[in-house]
Amino acid sequence: MHPAIPIIIISTIVALTAKEEKVAEKPREHVVLVPGADGKTGAVVIKSAGGEMVLDRPYAGADISAGGAIAPSQADAEKVRERFGAALEAQPPRPVSFLVYFVTNSDELTPESRQSFDQIKAELAKRPVPDVIVIGHTDRVGAVEYNDKLSLVRARAVRDALVAAGIPAGHIQEAGRGEREPLVPTADEVAEPRNRRVEINVR
Amino acid sequence: MMKALLLVAGLALPLVAAAAESAGVVKTAKGSVTIQRGAEKIAASPGSAVEAADRIATGADGSVGIILRDNTLLSAGPNSTLVLERFAFDSTTHAGTIDATVKRGTLSVVSGKIAKQSPGAVQFRTPNAILGVRGTEFVIDAGPGEE
Repeated sequence: MHPAIPIIIISTIVALTAKEEKVAEKPREHVVLVPGADGKTGAVVIKSAGGEMVLDRPYAGADISAGGAIAPSQADAEKVRERFGAALEAQPPRPVSFLVYFVTNSDELTPESRQSFDQIKAELAKRPVPDVIVIGHTDRVGAVEYNDKLSLVRARAVRDALVAAGIPAGHIQEAGRGEREPLVPTADEVAEPRNRRVEINVR
Repeated sequence: MMKALLLVAGLALPLVAAAAESAGVVKTAKGSVTIQRGAEKIAASPGSAVEAADRIATGADGSVGIILRDNTLLSAGPNSTLVLERFAFDSTTHAGTIDATVKRGTLSVVSGKIAKQSPGAVQFRTPNAILGVRGTEFVIDAGPGEE
């Protein structure tokens, strides 16, 4: 004579059913915008069958259901670490850049630039399977095509200097950015020594 | 046996050549990490090349960190599958395309030179959404997926 028992069983079944429904509704996917290492936060635009959402504030999040419904959410550094710790830990070290300059009207590096080679080697030693991209830049004197070639010539000169300093040639690639990325913005055809540089990007 | 030898030789050589014109390079790898390229399945380790159309998968104990040629950083946690559908990058103009799909699991992204140059050229897909990237850092959990 325990009339309570059937009630307990029924309520358990109800609870189970409710739980299943909850699982089905649970968002499958989750996106969080993380503040950049430079302190700036960018933006991500999420589009699905159910709509569109822009994330543009630090730790702004979105939950996306299997049907494509997008719901806003707010995360923080700790929540991101909990859910994405392994992925964040696997992140390769951030690339760092060193700038070197040439003695005016020559392909000879300035003495200060030569000194930075030791720092570059130290940086390479810290990294797993390091590689280097040597990127030449020019000022805006001359045509774009001419500067593309000149920047590559400068990059190759620095590549050769790095190889001579003992960095394996196979770890180095060159690129020429021409006049597209001036350090100091100028009008066209303006001579600017600070823009005649080579960037050594260690990755 | 011959095939296995060829495979090993093929893996040993490109460590350096890998950096040359591949889409990217594996920089960190923990536990089980595989790269499926066509019919071939390669165990990935630091230095392995990543090419467009590669499917990169981690096991329950796995994680992987990749740097693409434009300095985009991609890193995946355990039980994750990432397909780098398309990759193009011009190191002079910085024009290019990244089209990747997170089939399942977790991925962290630090966008690189392509996203900076042309917002709209970098897209990440999940089973239920498409993410357009405007120069940024973010994380994606694509859920358990279907595999």
